[in-house]
Amino acid sequence: MSVYLLGVNHRTAGVHLRERLHFSQQDALHAAGELRGQGLMMEALVLSTCNRSEIYGVVMGNEESEAGVERFVCSFHGVEPAHLNGCLYRRRGREAVTHLFRVAAGLDSMMLGEAEILGQVRESYLAAQREGLTGPVLNRLFQASLEVGKRVRTETRLGAQAMSVPAAAMKLAEQIFGDLKNNSAAVLGAGAMGAKAARHLRNRGIGRLWVANRTPERARQLAEETGGHPAPWEEVPDLLAKADIVVTSVGGSDWTLTREALAAAMHTRGNRQIFLIDLGVPRNIDPGIAEIYNVFLYGVDDLREIVDQNRQARENEVPGAEAIIAEHVEKFAAWQSGSEAGATLAELRQKLRLERDLFAGNRREELEQFPAAERERILALMDGLMEHLLREPSERLMKNPEARERAIFLRELFGLDGPRIHRPGTRQGRDE
Amino acid sequence: MGTPPPTFAYAAAALYAASLACYVRKLFAEGKWAGRAASLLLIAALVTHYFALLQRAFSIHSVPYQDIYGSTSLLAWFLALTYLSLEFFHRERAMGAFALPLVLLLLGLDLIVTPHTAPRAPARGSIFALHVTTNILAYSAFTISFVFSVIYLVQDRLIRKRRPGAMLWRLPPMEDLERMTRNGVRVGLIAMIFGIGMGMVVDQRLTGQFLSLDPKVLISFLMLACYSAYLWVARSPAWRGARASLLCAASYFVVVFSYTVVNLYLSGFHRFY
Repeated sequence: MSVYLLGVNHRTAGVHLRERLHFSQQDALHAAGELRGQGLMMEALVLSTCNRSEIYGVVMGNEESEAGVERFVCSFHGVEPAHLNGCLYRRRGREAVTHLFRVAAGLDSMMLGEAEILGQVRESYLAAQREGLTGPVLNRLFQASLEVGKRVRTETRLGAQAMSVPAAAMKLAEQIFGDLKNNSAAVLGAGAMGAKAARHLRNRGIGRLWVANRTPERARQLAEETGGHPAPWEEVPDLLAKADIVVTSVGGSDWTLTREALAAAMHTRGNRQIFLIDLGVPRNIDPGIAEIYNVFLYGVDDLREIVDQNRQARENEVPGAEAIIAEHVEKFAAWQSGSEAGATLAELRQKLRLERDLFAGNRREELEQFPAAERERILALMDGLMEHLLREPSERLMKNPEARERAIFLRELFGLDGPRIHRPGTRQGRDE
Repeated sequence: MGTPPPTFAYAAAALYAASLACYVRKLFAEGKWAGRAASLLLIAALVTHYFALLQRAFSIHSVPYQDIYGSTSLLAWFLALTYLSLEFFHRERAMGAFALPLVLLLLGLDLIVTPHTAPRAPARGSIFALHVTTNILAYSAFTISFVFSVIYLVQDRLIRKRRPGAMLWRLPPMEDLERMTRNGVRVGLIAMIFGIGMGMVVDQRLTGQFLSLDPKVLISFLMLACYSAYLWVARSPAWRGARASLLCAASYFVVVFSYTVVNLYLSGFHRFY
């Protein structure tokens, strides 16, 4: 009984194939239910995001069931098996566990250390758990993965640095002003970059946001979407006097903000610090503005440089994250080992009790020579002897670091995975 | 007279060093434990250091400011206490890595150069003790403000030059630093005004006049003027931001001059023994 993973991700498959193999939330639950229903997996969970579709499950460890899972994926999505050649990856046991932990930590993401994946893992797990698709192994595995993701994010700086130009600009704004809820911002230009910046500002809880655009309708739409206020383009000088952060992303070759206009605005705003973010290409803000006291000016190239540095910084955090993952993989392996050994011992006890019943059934005539009370006493003594013989080996097995391997040997030795022994008196028992 | 070996002072130094290590760890790595451990170790260091001061006070039968060594130790203690108060007030631990080296330096000076014989000082009453203690508290608050304003200036330069680097993101936001600097200066000014007031009472008792024109008195008024000017310009349109922080940092040189040159060579009755 081991954890098995079958999947595709952004490293192994192009977007076209990933789209074909994508599971919607309903599909994911339905597929996991089918995998269990068909007996291919004892527990099953499908994790499907834009960058990956992965099936996690508990299998009996035979190749037949693993091949069955692949056939199921092909038939579920109507894909020819040949199309998946080289795109699917398969992980078993410890490798599957490590893979999930790396996914939850954001190490397997397209953007190293991204935070969204942890939420997606949590949602998929909770949905599968609600539907009763997970069992003790996957519950433990996914709970551990959530813990890994959380630890990696709090104990390393893997997700701390901004990885996009607007995000880097917002980080800088927070470094200057602190919490942005007490500050105001103006976005000049409601194009794609302006919209991104406005959304980032809203997500960072900016106190007040104005959107100005040469086409007022677009400014109104973006302001509505981001909870800001539309402002006429003619009011830009007033906005410069009011806003602490000004983002420009305007087309055209003339300066949108000139040195003279900003000097006048600084006078009106009593020299309060202002952070200007020029996302326009070509630039919108006269670079000479940076010389004005209490003005901080950043352009796209400056911010891109910060993003590059951040990428390097995130990569430096990977060994720390890997160490956390390794620690939790060991913990999970130890738990699984102990858990499997415990389950094997329970099955062994059950089998020995059945053997005792069979033995007693075969010698019914001899036993019936004793009074009923004596018979019960003999059977109880047999139980006691059995427990006595098992106690010490059980303790040794549970303490053994290789408990899982020993448990497998025990199963083979006592035929625990073989045909069941039936109680004497049952129909099958009598047939035997 | 012989003083007992400064066991508590060594223990305090060790705890300050451990706290500093945790603050540095907190600065360069994520995780809550390092920050919490740093604050707890600092509290432990402050308590131990208090006993060290008490030990010294018992040995000289006076508050331990009669010589520059005792005064330095007291300054270190107040510096740590002021920092910890600001840390709790602003919920900001990043500056511990910059404040504690100064505490260790001052305590280290005290431990390395303190003679094991301390002068028996004349007892001058509780008002005199308050006068000196509150002035040392003012020095410590100005020292903390100096550290904060220097960090502010460094940040301002890094952001202005568009070379933020990895270090910038680990520091508190500039606006928070400005607020912490202003609060530090406010504490310093209040303590110094109170200390000078107490000094006037002592002066009146000893000489019959409220104000002696001692160099120490004059430079204390200069300090008051500089830091009051800072508080005023920190909110003025032309100076707010880096210029005000520069004034705060520059004012600290007056504090250093007062604490060293004036105390050791220029002052008449403010000289150390």
